[in-house]
Amino acid sequence: MLLSVKDLRTYFHTRSGVYRAVDGVSFDLRRGETLGIVGESGSGKSVTCYSLMGLVPQPPGRIESGTAMFDGADLLHCAPRRLQAIRGKRISMIFQDPMTSLNPYLRISEQLIEPLLIHEKISRKAALARALEMLEAVGINDAAKRIHYHPHEFSGGMRQRVMIAMALITKPELLIADEPTTALDVTVQAQILELIKKMQHESGMAVIFITHDLGVVSGLCDRVQVMYAGRIVETADTRTLFYHPRHPYTIGLQRSIPSLQKKGGELFTIKGLPPDVSKPFRGCAFAERCEHAKPLCNEKDPQLAPVSPTHAQTCLRVQAGEI
Amino acid sequence: MTAPILELRDVRTHFPVRGGFLARRDAGAVKAVDGVSLSLARGEVLGLVGESGCGKSTLARTIMQLVPTTGGAVILEGKNLTTGTDAEIEAVRRDLQMVFQDPYASLNPRMTVHDTIAEPLLVHRVCARADTTARVAELMTLVGLAPRFMQKYPHEFSGGQRQRIAIARALALNPKIIIADEPVSALDVSIQAQILNLLAQLVRRMGLSLIFIAHDLSVVKHISDRVAVMYLGKIVELGPASDVIERPRHPYTRALISAIPTPNPGRERTRKRIVLPGDPPSPINPPRGCAFHPRCPHAQERCQAAVPPLEKLEGSHEVACIRAEEIWQ
Repeated sequence: MLLSVKDLRTYFHTRSGVYRAVDGVSFDLRRGETLGIVGESGSGKSVTCYSLMGLVPQPPGRIESGTAMFDGADLLHCAPRRLQAIRGKRISMIFQDPMTSLNPYLRISEQLIEPLLIHEKISRKAALARALEMLEAVGINDAAKRIHYHPHEFSGGMRQRVMIAMALITKPELLIADEPTTALDVTVQAQILELIKKMQHESGMAVIFITHDLGVVSGLCDRVQVMYAGRIVETADTRTLFYHPRHPYTIGLQRSIPSLQKKGGELFTIKGLPPDVSKPFRGCAFAERCEHAKPLCNEKDPQLAPVSPTHAQTCLRVQAGEI
Repeated sequence: MTAPILELRDVRTHFPVRGGFLARRDAGAVKAVDGVSLSLARGEVLGLVGESGCGKSTLARTIMQLVPTTGGAVILEGKNLTTGTDAEIEAVRRDLQMVFQDPYASLNPRMTVHDTIAEPLLVHRVCARADTTARVAELMTLVGLAPRFMQKYPHEFSGGQRQRIAIARALALNPKIIIADEPVSALDVSIQAQILNLLAQLVRRMGLSLIFIAHDLSVVKHISDRVAVMYLGKIVELGPASDVIERPRHPYTRALISAIPTPNPGRERTRKRIVLPGDPPSPINPPRGCAFHPRCPHAQERCQAAVPPLEKLEGSHEVACIRAEEIWQ
């Protein structure tokens, strides 16, 4: 197992209350595996990964409990120096918005070699050669010239390629991609997804892919977990999740995708809004929007229970065999 | 078919680019919209699709007369807006309303919902001050918001609810046409469906015409009667929604549709995807001939010779590609 997260809880203590952004998340990731984390905004999918990378601003954030074992080191509790040796070297991250995640003042070359200079004993010259190689590998034409450009001289898709080159230059074992294609056009998104697949095939790294787009997940991931209000509500291999989802939220999410529905008819919608995670609630967070909810759903805290060896979900009524 | 409510004839919107010392040298123009002709029937939903930078939002702003047109005519019920006086345009604007992409940015955070929705009523003096509250309540009910939230501020609402407020404001003057510029792309999937249902319902119930701009073809297919695909300021394909999306003829539309990831892992892994190389070219210096030819998998030398016109293929399905017939074989 490359990464094993147990009972992660990340809360934000703000003036308007305690936001339980991540509330008891556990999952494992094997070497070379691609895991998709799907959820709507505010479901805690990004905060989960930010917690692993030590990127949650503290305060107001606080990691209340949990462990995240990465090759013998607990990412949540290990000494800062040890975390620094892992982060950016063995675990890399790419972000949603390539427009704002590059430093506009520095040439691409400077930004690309930075991780190498920090993590490896390497000369500037050798680092530049590796950077150039990487830039070619992510499909930037005319890389020898463009490596000296500034970020504003690149298009959105090219900037995301630069971000990927930067993340992969240290040959990480795990890449965390936080909505890397959400800000891009579909044709460019297709290019970037192909690129991530290709780089993963070549290097054998594991990928955690965070997205709200079920379509993106279906072609890319081995396994998918669906998050709602800070918790994992369903996890399964990709085929099972798409063809035999069991949790009412997963089913609702899938049914509300316009492309799967008949043209012209009323679109299926999940009624209501996601809950306010700053207010305490009992039982299932989805109960108030769920068409199958029973009084029991508001009383008992749901737990992930297996449906099959590769499939688990939290709905109490599914577990009781009622739906 | 009855006379169209809105007609665009060879509309062009160019933005001058200046370069050199103190920007005194004329360095050409960004041809954001470059020769678009379209018509919109009463009660029709027209989907406008294209990637960022293709000019779809500029086209919307041109129709609204929010940017000056460089050439061509925008004709609303027989009146040419591009030659109208300010007073005439002012009067006509009532019939044309717009809903923007980001409901977090398009509502004034210091105005209550009531004031936001009442503002157009008071500006255009269509409603006596005493009756506004009743009208605002009616509009809120129409878009599925409870009138008791009237005195709240935008930050107290979620993204989907804010988009409902924006729609209520757009409906306040009983417009004939609504232009919705990416109204659901900032929203979550489960909320998108709610807003799409609302728009479809309003079109049916109020007999509105809707221009629905989006980059997500699956959303557009669902709501539109006809779809227009734009590339670099021009329409490259136009036709009934099901024809354009299920039987696309222009190589660009085909690539665009094939690039959409489908929520179906079995199909997703086996199907062949057309991955377009590179990025859309600069609208300052568009490629010669067909602007798509440098990225087109079917391009030939003659594609560079002239700009291909939009031609009828079958029925009302139009394509701007000289090889459309051959490629289809």
